[in-house]
Amino acid sequence: MNDDQTFKWAANVSLFLIVALPFLGALLPGVMNSAGRSACAGVTFTVTLAAFVGLLTNLPAVLAGRVVTAGIDWMPALGLNVTLMLDGLGFFFALLILGIGLLIIAYGRHYLSREDNMGEFFTYLLLFQGAMVGIVLSDNILLLLVFWELTSLSSFLLIGYWKHLPEGRQGARMALTVTGMGGLAMIGGMLILGNIVGSYDLSVILQNREMIQASPLYLPALILILLGCFTKSAQFPFHFWLPHAMAAPTPVSAYLHSATMVKAGIFLMARMWPVLSGTPEWVAIVTTAGLITMVLGAVIALFKHDLKALLAFSTVSHLGLITMLLGTGTAFGAMAAVFHILNHATFKAALFMSAGIVDHEAHTRDIRRLGGLRALMPVTFVIATLAALSMAGIPFLNGFLSKEMMLEEAHHTVLYGSHWLVPVLATAGSLFSAAYCFRFIGHTFLGPVRDDYPHKPHDPGPGMWLPPAILVVLVVVIGVAPFLAEPFVKIVTASVLGMAGEVPEAHFKIWHGLVPALYMSIIAVVGGLLLMTVFKPLLRLWEATPRPEAKVIFEAIVEAAARVSQVVIHGLHNGSFTRYAMIAMVTMIAAGYHAWVTGAVGEATRTMQAAGPVPIAGWAMLVAATVALVILHRNRLLALILIGIVGLMVSVGFVYLSAPDLAMTQFTVEVVTIILLLLALNFLPNRTPVESTTLRRVRDAAIAVAGGLATFALSWHYLLRDAVSTPISEFHLANSYKGGGGTNVVNVILVDFRGFDTYGEIIVLGIAALLIYALTETLLDGPVRRRLLNREPDQPQAGDRHPMMMVVVTRVIMPVVIMVGFYIFLRGHNEPGGGFIAGLIVSIGVVMQYMASGFAWTSARLKYPYHGVIGAGVLVAGFTGMGSWFVSKPFLTSDFTYVRIPPFDKFELATAALFDLGVFLAVVGAVMLSLESFSRLARRTDTPDTEYPMDIDPSRTEGPLENVTALKEGN
Amino acid sequence: MELIVASAIGVLTAGGIYLVLRLRTFPVILGMSLLTYAVNVFLFASGRLTIGAPPILSDDVTVYTDPLPQALVLTAIVISFGMTAVVVMIGLGAFLGSDDDHVDDQPQSAGTEQQT
Repeated sequence: MNDDQTFKWAANVSLFLIVALPFLGALLPGVMNSAGRSACAGVTFTVTLAAFVGLLTNLPAVLAGRVVTAGIDWMPALGLNVTLMLDGLGFFFALLILGIGLLIIAYGRHYLSREDNMGEFFTYLLLFQGAMVGIVLSDNILLLLVFWELTSLSSFLLIGYWKHLPEGRQGARMALTVTGMGGLAMIGGMLILGNIVGSYDLSVILQNREMIQASPLYLPALILILLGCFTKSAQFPFHFWLPHAMAAPTPVSAYLHSATMVKAGIFLMARMWPVLSGTPEWVAIVTTAGLITMVLGAVIALFKHDLKALLAFSTVSHLGLITMLLGTGTAFGAMAAVFHILNHATFKAALFMSAGIVDHEAHTRDIRRLGGLRALMPVTFVIATLAALSMAGIPFLNGFLSKEMMLEEAHHTVLYGSHWLVPVLATAGSLFSAAYCFRFIGHTFLGPVRDDYPHKPHDPGPGMWLPPAILVVLVVVIGVAPFLAEPFVKIVTASVLGMAGEVPEAHFKIWHGLVPALYMSIIAVVGGLLLMTVFKPLLRLWEATPRPEAKVIFEAIVEAAARVSQVVIHGLHNGSFTRYAMIAMVTMIAAGYHAWVTGAVGEATRTMQAAGPVPIAGWAMLVAATVALVILHRNRLLALILIGIVGLMVSVGFVYLSAPDLAMTQFTVEVVTIILLLLALNFLPNRTPVESTTLRRVRDAAIAVAGGLATFALSWHYLLRDAVSTPISEFHLANSYKGGGGTNVVNVILVDFRGFDTYGEIIVLGIAALLIYALTETLLDGPVRRRLLNREPDQPQAGDRHPMMMVVVTRVIMPVVIMVGFYIFLRGHNEPGGGFIAGLIVSIGVVMQYMASGFAWTSARLKYPYHGVIGAGVLVAGFTGMGSWFVSKPFLTSDFTYVRIPPFDKFELATAALFDLGVFLAVVGAVMLSLESFSRLARRTDTPDTEYPMDIDPSRTEGPLENVTALKEGN
Repeated sequence: MELIVASAIGVLTAGGIYLVLRLRTFPVILGMSLLTYAVNVFLFASGRLTIGAPPILSDDVTVYTDPLPQALVLTAIVISFGMTAVVVMIGLGAFLGSDDDHVDDQPQSAGTEQQT
């Protein structure tokens, strides 16, 4: 391995680890929950720190301008591969996500109270963190979409973390609805984009600016992708979800709504900037949305009384600012945007955490109930004030620098042919921004100390103020010495621009001279101060103005959508099975009819075979029984007899049409089905009452006749035509003996060619039997038990429950049945028979014992529980299949040989026979378990279980007399 | 012969559909059994009809019936037994629990649910 390879390998591992660590680590907090809150937070912190360090190891490569990539093919046919890419932009965002994540975890440890389930919280947080890191490091846009949706889901969990608060649940739902819808739109946009370029890899897409912008699909793709970005980043008119998401615990707000989730939309705009930006459409949509959001958010924020709502709207406003900068489409705008993303993340996370501290200590976030906290919470005051002043754009703090750059960019931006529109609106936005920052400081911390706080506030422990303090240190350092941040911001800008532009030469400076931006800045700050002096009348004016309430509108839309779907769904699905069945039938018939009229029917290629009198007689019986069944179905016992005739005729039909195996199976299944239905009828009413109207019966009959005619026509047509392509049946006939060693092709198909299917089928059968057993257990555990035990028979009972004749006959016949079963089983490979049929035959033999001597007597003599028999069958079949692994063959490869033990003829030994044994056992177990479960329901208290095989036994000396008396009393 | 089989499939289907649309569990179960027969015969017939030529290999026979649909239908028959048993059990449990063997929720019981 040379150095280059080593480097690549290491990069691979570390990129995958950075993304995977939070996901893997998400398991830990839940596990550590019982170990205490600190352990829980500690493990989360460690996991994040590990990912953070992993990220930092890539710093040299990123600083050198290299793009670190790692990838494995996941679903190459779909173009969906796990390819990761770390460039300046990805590194920048990952740094914010993981770095601020570390601070939030430390803060969250102290913020959450004892009642909160910390393991759950940190699990959600790590899931979210992993999804965010996934977004910013994805090279494949489909992979990016997967992570994008994951952030929507995990943020839903985080916002709704306090499940007991209705606001939390509503806010979470609103956030999920809005961002989820945006995500859907974005999937569409990304797929279009991938189609235009012919690749879903970002690295390829970013090289094809001209091709994308020349495509007629550019505009739809742009709009769809921007819908995704705008909903995620709370841009007008989708800004309304963000303030409602403030019902989340403050660490969540600080994390999701300052540095991460809401920046995902911004990130994507920046990522797509080289290929999507620069067109008139881009400038018009993005700049306009950004400008409106910026001004609107700032104005609303000024009049919010909830500290977090104020910060939420200020976030909306700042996101608008960044969006607008990206929208201008110039390199300088992009650089300002990157710089402001950094600055906003630092001061806004600090502000959210400060608001959380105030809430935590004073037990209120209502700005009208606060004031004078400066004296009570000096540390928090300093942190919050520095961060807020930075947001207001005061010199020597980082917010000033990027705001200055924004105003500079706005000064040069021409929108809708106007030179004034953007600068004026940008200044207005900054003015309101400054005003709410001053209000935040003034109304919370300044002013006289009050004596009516809900809780006496004081500074919290360092665990809570240290994380925001670290961020504020960054705010000041960047503000005083912007040249420290400059190289990094320029590297990030370079990767945003890609090949679409040159990084501007401009340097980050506090003093640029007397430029227009400075005047605009001064207007904003002074105007903001002036606004504060007239705040009270302004507030009255604001409250008197009617405004649309976003939540009401949103809920009305959701309500309307729910009503529409209710009407549609309840029209079809009103809880009535009969209705579903009818709709399904009509739909199937209609679909079949459509296929019929649109398709073409070839010429008949087969001649009709003559039918003798016997088949016609059989057919007549089948039809007569079916018709009688339909007419007489209200008499349930009679119906059972009639369906028995139908089944018998179907079996006879199979014999006649060269399917001996099917006939034997159908015949034996018929026996057990009838026994089963008889057992069930024992509990059910004997008659079906007349309930449906004549009209309804006519309607059902019409549907039935239509369905019958349709299946008749279909079968009739294909029976007279050969298959369109050659069936694969010839292969089975040709290879059955050579490859499977058996002459009964049906059996060889079951146990050899399609053994895997059969294996699955016996498992399904076993599950069905276990389900029946479980249902019986549930019934016998519940209130039904008493009812069953005290049931009064509604028919006259036979005096002889276990007749001697029947007992004797079934006992005598038992070995014969077993032997027949054994014979059928053994010859199955070469003659009609096999595991399925043998299993059914043996089951019937055992069922006869139950019928003759009763449930208690028989089950007392049962050595192996039927569950075990099912399990043994599945295991035998499974192990037989696995046996082929030992000779390096695939699962269920069969082998056979011929053995001759003198004086017998030579016979065959095949692994397939062992497999068939498994089938046999599973069938016996399943059939018996089902029937046994039914008969367990039939036990009653008034007829005690007898331990004797038959009621009257001449050879028995004691007891027969009482037994007979008991029976008589029972009747 | 083809006409007989096709019409039998049609009759079984029609009877099955009619019974499936009834209101009580027992006829619905019988209807599903009839549909099962119809479907099994239909699938079996997809191998076309051959008389007197079972799929058992032997030296002096050259014409065989199609074994593949037979194998598939064989397991279908056994599985349909299992499924019938499950449905019967569910129907039985529902009847024993509520003393009502209607397939659909009854209006008055829905009313009581709303009141509680």
